[in-house]
Formats: sequence, C-alpha cells, structure tokens
Amino acid sequence: MNAAPPHGPGLAGLPRRALVALAVFVAALVAAPGLVDDYILSVLILGLYFALVGQAWNVMTGFCGQLSLGHALYIGLGAYTAGALFVRFEISPWIGLPVAMVVAGLAGALIGFLSFRFGIRGVYFALLTIAFAEFTRILFDHWGWVGGSSGLYLPVTERTQVDLWSLRGPLWMFYYVILAAVGLAFLICRRLLNAKIGYYWLAIREDQEAAQAMGIDILRYKVLAVAVSAMMTAFGGVFYAFYYNQFYPETIFNIDKSIEILLGVIVGGIGTLFGPILGAFALAGIGEVLIWFQDLVGVRGLKLLTYGVVLMIIILAKPDGLWPWLRPLLGLGRRDRA
Amino acid sequence: MFDLPTFIYVDSLIRGLLQGAVYGMMAIGLSIVFGVMKVVNFAHGEMLILGGYLAFMLYSWFALDPIIAIALIGPLMFAFGAVLQRTLVDKFIDRPQHQQFLLMIGMALVLVNGLDMIFGPDARGAHEVPYAFDSYEVGGIFIDAVRLYKAAAALVMVGFLFWFFKATRTGKAIRAAADNYRGALVVGLNVSRLYAITFGIGAACAGAAGCLLVLDDITPHAGPGFTLLAFTIVIIGGLGSMPGALLGGVLIGVSEAMAGVMFQPSLKSIFSYGLLILVLLFRPAGLMGKRA
Repeated sequence: MNAAPPHGPGLAGLPRRALVALAVFVAALVAAPGLVDDYILSVLILGLYFALVGQAWNVMTGFCGQLSLGHALYIGLGAYTAGALFVRFEISPWIGLPVAMVVAGLAGALIGFLSFRFGIRGVYFALLTIAFAEFTRILFDHWGWVGGSSGLYLPVTERTQVDLWSLRGPLWMFYYVILAAVGLAFLICRRLLNAKIGYYWLAIREDQEAAQAMGIDILRYKVLAVAVSAMMTAFGGVFYAFYYNQFYPETIFNIDKSIEILLGVIVGGIGTLFGPILGAFALAGIGEVLIWFQDLVGVRGLKLLTYGVVLMIIILAKPDGLWPWLRPLLGLGRRDRA
Repeated sequence: MFDLPTFIYVDSLIRGLLQGAVYGMMAIGLSIVFGVMKVVNFAHGEMLILGGYLAFMLYSWFALDPIIAIALIGPLMFAFGAVLQRTLVDKFIDRPQHQQFLLMIGMALVLVNGLDMIFGPDARGAHEVPYAFDSYEVGGIFIDAVRLYKAAAALVMVGFLFWFFKATRTGKAIRAAADNYRGALVVGLNVSRLYAITFGIGAACAGAAGCLLVLDDITPHAGPGFTLLAFTIVIIGGLGSMPGALLGGVLIGVSEAMAGVMFQPSLKSIFSYGLLILVLLFRPAGLMGKRA
C-alpha cells in the first residue's frame, strides 16, 4: 500500500531548522488567543479558514491537476446543509457536519463523474465548475425553505458562553475549532500525498495519458479527488455558517468566494503541503496592511487595487509560489513532501 | 404564466435578438484570444467596463455619442490590449492555467477598483442621446431606436472582424498561427507580434461592447458578471469559433429576454447556465466549435 516516501510520513526525517520553525509556528498559533486582541484573533481565524479551504482546493487542483473555479458550491452546500439542519431541526453542527460533507462529496463526485466521463478537461472543466456553482446559486435563490434570496440566519447567542456542541461561543472557541481543522486537514493531505492515491493523482496531473497507459483508473481517481476536495471544503462551509451566522446564496455561491479560496494556494505554492497555509496567512497579512494603508490615505477601493497589483507581482516574480522559494531556507529539499 | 398577449413575447424576442448581437460582439473578443493564444482572459468583462467608462467620459465632457466614440475607443483599447500582451501576458503564454488565471484576476482587480476610485461605485450611463426615446413601429411592434442602433453597430463590427480574418494578410497570418504555432514560426511569421494584435483585438471588442452597454447602465463592479456572461456565450457557441460566439450571444440574449417575461427576471440566467452545462457535457466543443 505504502510506497515508502524518502523520509517517511513522520516528522523524524525533517532537518533541524525546519523542525524548530514548525514548533515555533504551531506554538505561536496555539498560544495566540492569550496573546492578541479580538481583532487580530478574527484576522487569524479568517487566515485559518482560508488555510483550510485552500488545502481542500489544493487536493483537487494542486495534487490531481483539475482546475476548479467553482469551489463556492461546496462552501455553500456545507453551510446550507448544516445551517438548515440547525435552524430547522436544532440538530448540532457536529451531526450536520458529516451530513454536509456527504452532500458536498456527492455533489463533487457527480460533477466530476459527469465531466470526466465525457472527457472534459482543462479550461472547459474549470468553466463547468463555475456553471454548476452559479446554477446552484440561482436554485437556492428561489428555494424558500432555506430562506430564498434573503438567506439563512442562525440564532445568535451571547458570545461569552461556550457551547461547543452547538458551536455557539466566543471568538477563541471558533479559533481553536478552525485551528484543529487546519491541523487535521494538513495531516490528511500529507497522508493522502504519501499514499498510493497521492502518487496516482500526481501521475494524472503530470500526464493523464501516460497515467492511463500505466493502468491507473483515471476516471475513478479524478472523481475521488473532486469528492475528497469537496468534503474538506464543506467543513469550511459549515464553519463559515456558524461563525458568521448569516449567509445568502448571492454571496456564498458567488464566484468571488471560489476565487478567494484559490488565491492563497497559488500565492503559497500550488501542489505543496504547506503552501496553502503559508499563502492564506500571507494574503491575510497583506490584506490587513492594505486596509491600514487604505484608511491612512482615505481612498476607497485602494485596498483591492493594490491587492491586484500584489497578486500580479507575486505571480511574475515567484510563479511557483512563496513556499517553494522559502522551503530551501528551512533546509528542506525538493524531496521532502512539505 | 403563458396568458400574456402575443405581442409581448414578440417584443421580448426582438429585444433578445438585438441584445444578443451586442453580446455576440463582446464574446467574439474573448473567443478570438482563446482560439489564437489559448489564453483565457479572465479580465474580459473588466476591459469592457473600462471601454464603457471611457465612452462615458467622452459623452459627459463632449456629449459624444457612445456609438460614434467606438471609432476612438476601439483603437485606444486595441493599443491597451497590445501593450498589455507585450509587457505581461506574453510571459505567461506557456505557463500553467492557474498562473495565467492569477495574472488576469490581478489585472481585473486593478481595473475594477481603479474605475471605482475614479468614478465611484454608482451606475453610470449615457441616457440623453438624441434618439434615447425614439422608436420604430413595425407591424404593431415598437422597437427602441437605442437597441436597434446598438445591435446594428455590433453587427457592423462583427462584419469587420470576419472580413479582417478572411481577407487581410495579417488576419490570415493570425489564423495560421492559431492552427499551427510551430508551422507559423517555421514560415517566418512574427508570432509574438500577431499575438499582440490578437490580444489588442480582444480588448477592442470588449471596449466597443462597453461603449454600447453604456447606453444602458454600467458600474465598475459589473465587470466579473460580464466576464462570466462572455464565457457562457463562447462556451455555448464554441470556444475559438467566431460564428459560434455570435450564435451563442443571440441564444443567451433571447433566453434571458424570454425567461424574463415567461418566469421572473431573477431566473433569467438559470437558462443560460443550464444550457451551458448541457452543452459542456454533451458537446464540449460548443455548438459551432470543431470537435476537440
């Protein structure tokens, strides 16, 4: 089952510098709620949210090479499934979560199966993912049971009481939930990448025809990539619903939602394990600096304009992303799966 | 639902056809760029908005009719596109899709928010052209002059593009480079220059469509919506096919107009996306595209 990777899936083989950096990074994240104020904590939560959904997107596009521009669909399905179960039947998000993941996973598998069955690839597949997300957006806009175009509202309780079972509580509770999810997603991605399925995905990404000639059931593994990615994304959607307490089809299924998921991954380093996390934090940081700059200058729209320029500069200067460029500084080689 | 008088359907059909011509012209720009360079311009709608705001400036300063302004803005946007291709896009021709995508998204953000900073987020439009309230009566059906002129201008431009790619040396060279990149290099075509012209044409199409759409209303943040619309149209018609883009534009224009009267306006694009999904699944090369 396991074709042995160069250093094994554990931490043992990593160079000292990388281990120290990792330990400092994790310790800082765990200690953060005690050290920073609520505003910075909310920025970190947003960064972690993007680290989670970025890792999910990365499974499908980074590992398996199938460009998705419609991941908002799985965010929305996740948010609506767990949100509606909670609002309508008072079912805990922890029961809603697996349901949401199954719904999103099935939707992903269906879209993947339909597309790949008919041999749709590359840019056509990417546009198809947009079409499905937009189609679903309009459906939810007209579906009264989940609130139609005015969206779904979750009852807000006082933010001081910790009710982990219903995911109602203060900021730091949400912080640790999403931090745990990011850690879990990282371990899952690492595990997947080091397993047979990960090697199949990379083979498909690099050369689909060659992979097929090697006897890999490409339809099956591509569909699996979409389904796994969709399920992980749905986790982000459930978190989004309970963290923000309100969402509308217009925003949650919007193409902007799909795009913001993937920016961090490309900036951080597509196809790498740590890139999506690094990219999410880098963009959250850049975003905050730009908001500060915009307030300083006092011109609306400056933040996003500069954001666009920054994205263009990054992709011009570091087309493979920031992580592949930083990796050697930590003493990690290309063969370390990081 | 279906108990409206017939003339309302005929009226909507005509409106859809006229709007479809404008859509088709807009989408042809996107289609050409993909067909020749295999680059997907995710900033196409934003370029359209840029052209529209240029037309709005000329209209509010010099009362220049936006349709006539195409003669100025078309070449200007062509230059803009050609320079963009030479300075930025050219480096990304052979890069993976997601890198091209990020470049275009960056560009789109700059365009949308730059226009927002200059003009503000409110809708702008050239509503006081002399023929704004004129209409023609044909057999009891009234056709707005604005819509008619827009469609006519769009069709003239489409005609010009067909002529350019069929009859001129440069147009034929671009088609040759699209068919066979290496072959074009072998026979000594300056492919990089041809790509600059191609991207310029794409930007000019978008800009010209912006000039026409400013006769209704545009806002800086409508850009992504137009990008999406242009995609829907070219995929349905066949990515890379010019007649396909025109057909797709008309289909989408008509389906939007008809859905607007038969169901509710908010449902109008569900048919576009439904059609898009069906076409992608069963005829991914589009209605008029070559089989991939």
